[in-house]
Amino acid sequence: MENGKTKVIAALVENKPGVLHSVANMFRRRGFNIESITVGHTEQKGIARMTITVSGDEKTLEQIVKQMNKLIDVVKVASLEPENIVTRELALIKVNVPDTKTRSDIINCVEVFRGHVVDVAPEALTIEITGTPDKIDAFLNLMKTYGIMELARTGLTALSRGTRSIRIDE
Amino acid sequence: MTTTKMSGANALLESLEKQGVKEVFGILGGAILPVYDALCNHPRIRHILARHEQGAAHAADGYARASGRPGVCFATSGPGATNLVTGIANAYMDSSPIIALTGQVPTTGINSTYIIGRDAFQEADIIGITTPITKHNFQLRTPAEIPQTVNTAFYIATTGRPGPVLIDFPKDVQAAVAEIDFTSKIDIRGYKPPENPHPLQIRKAAECLAEAERPVILAGGGVISSNASDELLTIAELLLAPVATTFMGKGAFPEIHPLSIGNIGMHGNPLANKLLLEADVMLAVGTRFSDRSTGNTDTFCPDAKKIHIDIDAAEIGKNIEVDIPIVADAKKALAAIHERLIKQAKKNTGSAWANRVKEAKQLLNRQSEIAVKDLKPKPLLQTLRKLLPENAIATTEVGQNQMWAALYYKALKPRTFISSGGLGTMGFGFPASLGAKVACPNRPVVDIAGDGSFIMTEQELACSVIENIPVTVIVLNNGVLGMVAQWQRMFYKRRYMAVKLGTYPDFVKLAEAYGAQGFHVGSIAEFQKAVKTALKSKVTTVIDVPISSEEDVVPMVPPGCGLNQQVGDY
Repeated sequence: MENGKTKVIAALVENKPGVLHSVANMFRRRGFNIESITVGHTEQKGIARMTITVSGDEKTLEQIVKQMNKLIDVVKVASLEPENIVTRELALIKVNVPDTKTRSDIINCVEVFRGHVVDVAPEALTIEITGTPDKIDAFLNLMKTYGIMELARTGLTALSRGTRSIRIDE
Repeated sequence: MTTTKMSGANALLESLEKQGVKEVFGILGGAILPVYDALCNHPRIRHILARHEQGAAHAADGYARASGRPGVCFATSGPGATNLVTGIANAYMDSSPIIALTGQVPTTGINSTYIIGRDAFQEADIIGITTPITKHNFQLRTPAEIPQTVNTAFYIATTGRPGPVLIDFPKDVQAAVAEIDFTSKIDIRGYKPPENPHPLQIRKAAECLAEAERPVILAGGGVISSNASDELLTIAELLLAPVATTFMGKGAFPEIHPLSIGNIGMHGNPLANKLLLEADVMLAVGTRFSDRSTGNTDTFCPDAKKIHIDIDAAEIGKNIEVDIPIVADAKKALAAIHERLIKQAKKNTGSAWANRVKEAKQLLNRQSEIAVKDLKPKPLLQTLRKLLPENAIATTEVGQNQMWAALYYKALKPRTFISSGGLGTMGFGFPASLGAKVACPNRPVVDIAGDGSFIMTEQELACSVIENIPVTVIVLNNGVLGMVAQWQRMFYKRRYMAVKLGTYPDFVKLAEAYGAQGFHVGSIAEFQKAVKTALKSKVTTVIDVPISSEEDVVPMVPPGCGLNQQVGDY
């Protein structure tokens, strides 16, 4: 992979207080960059999954995985192969709507991007859009022309394709 | 399940006792009073009262390094806990297994402002503070989890790459009474330290070594942690490979052995720095290739094939690219390579290299034989070595004293040279010497000190006298913060700033003020006499040895240079 490209690391961690702190702390102290991080429960009890996107060369990525592995509460870590994963991100976007004409233009765009309008107000629309970060970027670019009032992105989450999975043997 | 009803504090002491803990170093305070109250009823655990928590942590560290068993220190919440931080960071950098137990303000209580998270009196987030300097840390929330947490803490601290573990113990949990089960098993799914080496990697390593014409072994602190000195010796003698050690590896290989070439690094032995660079194959064991060891990495044996054994997978390829990585316990990996080597026909090309090593060694010995009768570090430390038995333990402070000790004081056995390598903590040596003495009461323990470092933890003289832990402190007294003065001399055009300490304190009077004994010495003969008296004495002795403030530690690899650019004579 090229230098400085974004890579995805998936980690299964103990769902305990302080785990996010120790992971984030390790990244900060060793000078690794987190571009986004998402955390949530998994199908396994007491285990949370972190999806971390980082930038750096192969050597840096290898060190990140090894250093994460050293953390006691990190049970399993894998760097996901970019060609073999599905990635998604969700964004909520509040767009300025000055008139009815604009409103229907925006709704057309939302349909093209397979998003949803989740809230309607006299002068604003709140849109939910899911997809790869590139798709969300493209949609945001479009919305800029109308005026984005507020934006919340979840950060990237990912799974390997096919039957491959990261699990903890019980 | 059999349980016993007791307080959290008692459950803690019971758990420590079950781990074989006989001594703890510490200082109490408000938030750890229930534990100290419980200590009244625990005559089998000896509490050694330090005079500063940093001293307690270093003593636990010295205890661990001398004995191979984890050292334990106690402190109260807030400032007690933060005072441990330097000691914990020091243990972390040198992979030393210590267990730090800190009191903490309560998790709940009648007084709702005196609880965790409300910035209560003497509250500090010691879990947050120590996360980057511990192998792991815990905060106890119920008495029931104490035995399992303590067992897990000891397991983590002592297995794999050893390191410090902190347990934070809120006061209400110490006082709470509950049914305690001591039979709980350790269950940590995120921690499985590697042990056995991969057979394929062992085969590759053995083949590479068998083909080597100029093999060199580089032994780091991991050889000592894994008690692999015997295996190292066997393999070195089989290969006729000279053995260099890193600073942390000092003592892993007897420094009077014909194959010993001393320390590598910034203030390494010129023999080690030279011969390492001539190697075609390097077998590096239990080392992280620190910057102080390698110098400029571009010129660090770029053409040598490197075999790297380390129990910490993250050390492989972190600082130096290697050819044959082996993630395993050093003892097991060395034994496996040796076994493989004796089965394998070794290419008989070793004699030229063995002669080269022998000649280089003789040359250096001739050059450095010039007898110096002055009070200079080299003859002083060589004299000290002669006066001490083989199994004596030397600790050092940090700075010039430490580097002179590395250069001129020969360590003959593992765990007999104890120094702050990674963090470079001034003030480490003296409290560490007390810990070492507690661990090994029948062996002489000497702290090779400088005046600047010694005064940083000198108050532990009180601990040493009152707790009856007699050690010898040799203060190489140059009246300056010598190492930084040397750098100002060499790299800042002799523009001295903030390095002059002057002639105070009078170290003899200081020792006497604490009830210890002190000697000023003015010659090598007086030094010999003082050391002999100290070794026979039942009380701690401080020997004040005046040396020149202009004395440099040489040879030296200037910062940014390669090991081949060493300047100054040995």
